[in-house]
Amino acid sequence: MQFNIIVLAKQVPDTRNVGKDAMKADGTVNRAALPAIFNPEDLNALEQALRIKDHYPGTKITMLTMGPGRAADILREGLFRGADDGVLLTDRAFAGADTLATSYALSMAAKKIGIYDLIISGRQAIDGDTAQVGPQIAEKLGIPQITYAEDIERIENGKVRVKRRLEHGVEIVECPLPVVITVNGSAAPCRPRNAKLLQKFKHAKTITERQVEHIDYIDIYSSRPYLNLTEWSVADVDADPVQCGLSGSPTKVKKIENVVFQAKESKHLTDNDAEIDELMRELIENHTIG
Amino acid sequence: MNNIFVYLEIEEGIVADVSQELLTKGRSLANQLGCKLEATAVGDNLGMVAQQVLPYGVDTLHLFQDERLSPYTTLPHTSIMVKLFSEEKPQICLMGATIIGRDLGPRVSSALGSGLTADCTSLEIGDHEEKKAGKIYKNLLYQIRPAFGGNIVAWIVNPDHRPQMATVREGVMKKEIVDPYYKGEVINHQVSDFVKEEDYVLTIIDRHIEKSKVNIKNSPIIISGGYGVGSKENFDLLYKLADVLGAEVGASRAAVDAGFAEHERQIGQTGVTVRPKVYIACGISGQIQHIAGMQESSIIISINNDPNAPINAIADYVITGEIERVIPKMIKHYKSNTK
Repeated sequence: MQFNIIVLAKQVPDTRNVGKDAMKADGTVNRAALPAIFNPEDLNALEQALRIKDHYPGTKITMLTMGPGRAADILREGLFRGADDGVLLTDRAFAGADTLATSYALSMAAKKIGIYDLIISGRQAIDGDTAQVGPQIAEKLGIPQITYAEDIERIENGKVRVKRRLEHGVEIVECPLPVVITVNGSAAPCRPRNAKLLQKFKHAKTITERQVEHIDYIDIYSSRPYLNLTEWSVADVDADPVQCGLSGSPTKVKKIENVVFQAKESKHLTDNDAEIDELMRELIENHTIG
Repeated sequence: MNNIFVYLEIEEGIVADVSQELLTKGRSLANQLGCKLEATAVGDNLGMVAQQVLPYGVDTLHLFQDERLSPYTTLPHTSIMVKLFSEEKPQICLMGATIIGRDLGPRVSSALGSGLTADCTSLEIGDHEEKKAGKIYKNLLYQIRPAFGGNIVAWIVNPDHRPQMATVREGVMKKEIVDPYYKGEVINHQVSDFVKEEDYVLTIIDRHIEKSKVNIKNSPIIISGGYGVGSKENFDLLYKLADVLGAEVGASRAAVDAGFAEHERQIGQTGVTVRPKVYIACGISGQIQHIAGMQESSIIISINNDPNAPINAIADYVITGEIERVIPKMIKHYKSNTK
C-alpha cells in the first residue's frame, strides 16, 4: 500500500520569544526583527506524514504552502526532511486573506494536486493561533476532519486510526480516507534534516527564485526535474479571485492596538530580607495567604 | 430571526462552564441589540439542559437528542448547526474556544461562508465605517482578541456576512443567572431532518476522560513561572513555594515552549485563564497573551530581575530581584510565622 499525502505548512514570524530588540521604541512590534520560521505544529504534522511513508514505502508527500516568494524555504525544509515534492501558492491576490479565504485558496490547490488520501497540517499557526484553516479546508473539499491529533496509529482497509487530544484525556477515532488531520504540538517532534537529502535538494528553486537569482543552469533543472519547485498563482489553481485575499475575507480588521499596559499603583520592593518579611507579614495578616 | 445563538457544550447531561459564561454574555448582547437569546443543545440525555440554561435568560432552546450525537463528532453537529442557521439566520453565534468549539466553529463558518474570530477576550457592540465603500454598519459585534503572539490586540468585525461567529475561552467571561424562573421556549427537533446517515462516518473506538492532574483554574493561589526562571531545575523552587502555600504552579507560554513546565500548566490566551486570589509571577515579562489569562487576579506579585518588565505595570507588588533569593526568603518567613 502507498498513499498520497499533502502536508500543509506555513512560514510564520517567530512570535514566541519576542525579545527586547523586537519591540520598537514606540512599543510596536518590529516584524523585521522576528525570524521567519517553519510553523512549529506543521513540523509535528510533517513527522506524522514521514512515519506513514516509513511504514508504506512509495508513499508520496507533497508540501503545500501559501505565502510570498520566500516561503519556498518551507518547501525546501520539508524536502530536506523527507518530503517528495513542493508547491508554493503565491499571488498578490492572496494577500490580506483571513482563514476562510486562505482555506479556499488551499482547497483549490489541493484539488489541482488532485490525488490525496490524507491532508495533514499543524493544529494552528503561531502568528494567528486560530486553528481554523484545517477544518475549513476539510469542509470545502467535503471530507471528514480529525483535529488535535497526537498520533496517526495505523491505516487499514481504507480507514485511518488516530489518537487525538481532548481537554481531559484522549480519544481514539477511526475514519475512512480521504481525511484532513490537524496535528497537536504534543505529537512526536519532527526528525532533523537528512544530510543526503540536504545535498540533493539544496538547489531546489521555484521559477521566480531562479529568475531573481539569475540562475541559468537550464540543463541542471531539466535533467533533475525534482529541483523544480512548483509555483501556482490564482489562475493556475482555477480560483475565483473575488474569493481570495482581502475580498474573499468576511472578517475585517477594524483596528489594531499595540499593547499598552495600564499602570496601577504598585509597591516596589527589593529582595532584601526585611522587605520580603514585611510583604509576607502583610499578606498573612490580611489573610491573603495562610 | 436575527437572534443570538450559543452552542452549548454538554458532557453527560451537564452544560459546560464555558457555555454558561457565553449565555451570560449572549444575554447582555441581546439586551443591547433588542433581540432574543437562543441556545442549541446537541447530544444525548438532554433532559436536564433546560433547567440548567433557561435561568441565564434563554428565550428559545433548541434540542437535538439522539444517542449517536454523543460523544461529539464533527459532521453530525456541523450539519445540525448549518441547517439550523440557514433557517434561523442568527446575527451572532458564540461557541467555547474548546477542543469541540475549535473543531466545529471553523467547519460551520466555512459551510456558511461567514467569518469566525477565535479566542476572543472581549465582545462589544458598536458601529463600523467602511471608508472605501462609504458605508456605515450599525451595531456590529466587535470581536477583540490578542494576535501576533499576543503583541497586538486586534478588533475584528464581519460587516457583510452572518452570523458573526466568535469563540471565547473558558473563564474569560463571567456567568450570572438572570432569573431562576425565566420563561423560555423549548423546541425538540427531529434529528433525522438535519443529519444524513453518512455524517456518522467517524467512529470513536475508545475514549477515556481523565481529570487533568493539574488544577490551576480553581486554585486560589498560583505561583507562575516564565522564561526568566531559567531552567526546569529552578522551577522546583516554585513547586516548593506552592507546596508551602497550598498553591498550584502555572507557567507562561515561553516557559512551556522551553520545556520548563508541562503544557497543562500554561496560563494565557492559548492556555488556561485564571483569576486567583494571589498570582505570583516569577520571571515573567508579561506578553499580552499571558496578561489576558491572569489580569483579573485579585493581587499580583511580580518577582523579576528586570525592573522594567511589562508585567510590573499591572502588579500590586513588584519585587526587583532574583527568584533564587526571593522565594527561599518567602518560604522561610511563612514557615516560621504560621502554624
